[in-house]
Amino acid sequence: MSAAVAFDAAAPLARSLFAVPGMRCAACIAKLENGLAANPGIALARVNFTARQLTLDHVAELQLPELQAAIAAVGFEAQPIRAAGVTADRAESRGLLKATAVAGFASMNVMLLSVAVWSGAAGATRDLFHALSALIAIPTVAYSGRPFFRSAWAALRSGRTNMDVPISIGVLLVTALSLFETLTSGPHAYFDGAVMLLFFLLVGRVLDSVMRDRARDGVTALLKQTASGAMVAREDGSSEWVAAEALAPGMTMLVAAGERLAADGIVIAGASSLDRSLISGESSPIRAGEGDQVLAGTLNLDAPLTVRVTAAGADTAIVDMARLMEQAAQPRSLYVRIADRAARLYAPAVHTLAAASFVGWMLAGAGWHEALLIAAAVLIITCPCALGLAVPAAQIVAAGALMRAGVLVKDGSALERLAEADRVLFDKTGTLTLGRPELDSLAPLSPEHRPIALGLARASRHPLSQALRKALEAEGVAPADVTDVVEEPGFGMRGLWNGAPVLLCRATGVAGEALAVAFVFAGAAPVVLRFRDSMRPDAAMTVAEMERLGLPASIVSGDRAEAVAPVARALHLTAQTAMTPQDKLDAIERLGRAGHKVLMVGDGLNDGPALAAGHVSLAPASASDVGQNAADAVFLGDSLAPVAAAIRAARRTMAIVRQNFAIAILYNTAAVPLALAGLVTPLVAALAMSGSSVIVVANALRLRSAAR
Amino acid sequence: MTGLVLLIPIALFCGLVGLAAFFWSMKSGQYDDMDGAALRILIDDDAPAAVSKEPHA
Repeated sequence: MSAAVAFDAAAPLARSLFAVPGMRCAACIAKLENGLAANPGIALARVNFTARQLTLDHVAELQLPELQAAIAAVGFEAQPIRAAGVTADRAESRGLLKATAVAGFASMNVMLLSVAVWSGAAGATRDLFHALSALIAIPTVAYSGRPFFRSAWAALRSGRTNMDVPISIGVLLVTALSLFETLTSGPHAYFDGAVMLLFFLLVGRVLDSVMRDRARDGVTALLKQTASGAMVAREDGSSEWVAAEALAPGMTMLVAAGERLAADGIVIAGASSLDRSLISGESSPIRAGEGDQVLAGTLNLDAPLTVRVTAAGADTAIVDMARLMEQAAQPRSLYVRIADRAARLYAPAVHTLAAASFVGWMLAGAGWHEALLIAAAVLIITCPCALGLAVPAAQIVAAGALMRAGVLVKDGSALERLAEADRVLFDKTGTLTLGRPELDSLAPLSPEHRPIALGLARASRHPLSQALRKALEAEGVAPADVTDVVEEPGFGMRGLWNGAPVLLCRATGVAGEALAVAFVFAGAAPVVLRFRDSMRPDAAMTVAEMERLGLPASIVSGDRAEAVAPVARALHLTAQTAMTPQDKLDAIERLGRAGHKVLMVGDGLNDGPALAAGHVSLAPASASDVGQNAADAVFLGDSLAPVAAAIRAARRTMAIVRQNFAIAILYNTAAVPLALAGLVTPLVAALAMSGSSVIVVANALRLRSAAR
Repeated sequence: MTGLVLLIPIALFCGLVGLAAFFWSMKSGQYDDMDGAALRILIDDDAPAAVSKEPHA
């Protein structure tokens, strides 16, 4: 940490945004804000707890690794995020919220005036109240109606129709007619109906958008962006942090142990093991030495490497994957959401009905004014107010319940598709298994040596040391006071315990040495501790439950057959092994052609195209950024159980949505004859509309416990 | 009728003040961090929590 950088009020400040998933309480906020503000280079630290984000205003000299070190010094792990995308996403929700506030204000005040008219105001008073209502309602329709008008216009221009078309026509027609009534001192003005309709529908839109924002915040906080840059060695011997976008072929990266590579390259100095599990799904690390090709996104495990960049940015192997994913995602963009499918049937029916009532009353000898008024009443009463709320209300309640259960669903359409899935494909490494080493057995290590091993292991960030530390701490072992601990890259940990040398090092010369360490006490024979990539808790139970839910499972893995076989046997699943990303994609397309709707569950970069191609997809929170971005939902924690919970909740949600549709249709069949008969006064319209909306929302609230 | 001339503008004005207050609060970022706002009340300004040394769970 360069404490020498002094904060100068006149110097321009840079702003950096970090995701800090580890904050959980008020003390964390205080620790981050006060602790970082005490740093001389940082002018202001501000936490957004909802989004688990931290904004730092700091002097430009402080660079990313130093800022991360400062945050680590107060006890948190932080990952940088780009500021631009985050703010742009929020603009839509804000716009909708403002439109809703205006519509809410207008509907309250117009209703205030309308109640007076309904209770018998007549003559000049009624005309005054109607004129005042018009004054409030017309600007409101112009402002709050825009989201619907825009979407309806876009649909009409491309020759389609959606839910917003009948809404827009209804609102505009009713407003125009009411204005005419007002100007001609007529008895009925439907301004209250028009603004109330907008208000209820906007509430539905806000719910939908809040759901997307919340899930996106959750996913952003998880994104690791581990390859966001690298230390680059200059020719004069100095080194400098360069962001991933700015890396160019020919540069020399210094990759420390525990770092992820930011670009493809060739090793020019050093030798280390690399964890490629996020790239290829292989569970055991591979060795790389001088002259070996290494890929962006791999994790350097034991020793520092010097890598000459051969491809960076848009040319890395990762980006080829992105192209494959883009093609794979196309079928999914053709999915039509259930509300729009309903609208395809509903909109023409409503318009025919309104037109028929107009023609009918004209033929029956009514004046064009009366006939038009009745047609407008039909439109307003059939306007899919409850229908507009039916889907988003149910989906946001279900998404909230799932979020509490540890599943972040990215949008409503994901829930709909999740309910339809009838096959499931699992990746192995990192999905069915934890994708990180776990100690096989503590037995080889004698109880008196355990505290010493913990004392050594806790000083290292190597995955095997971390796994050993977790296993020992879970046994309640207290660390011994090991002194002079040094980490020798590529070898292991050295230390002194009561003057005796102790070692925790690579187990050379034993089978499966990539997943083993040796503990040596004062020159005695080494004790070999083995690790394995263990299965996620509840994996067997979840697979069995998926089968019961009608989703037969199988495994698609990029790993070798020997590594996949034990997992497949334990779960009684069939498996395809050594698959490339293209193979996985083909497997999904084959099932799709056979009429199956595939749920893909995967985590790695190699699963990206498959995740994008599946009818719906899930990724664990430990997944690669690519995996999390491609998946429709992300589940937190080690257990696989949320996968089955998500399916159950999605199906219950769709059941409630269908009930809501049934309620809306029932209400329409009761109210439409009244409207056709010309019996719907503004009072009846207002009661019917709010009544049906309340029923639909109340029904949706039953989903609060959907994820249990 | 004279009562209405007074009361209706008052009612509308009150509503508009509420609406303006909502717009202002949204613009000033009061809805950006709802969960954080609920927790910040617990932070004791006199004794900064940053001093505590216990490891973060």
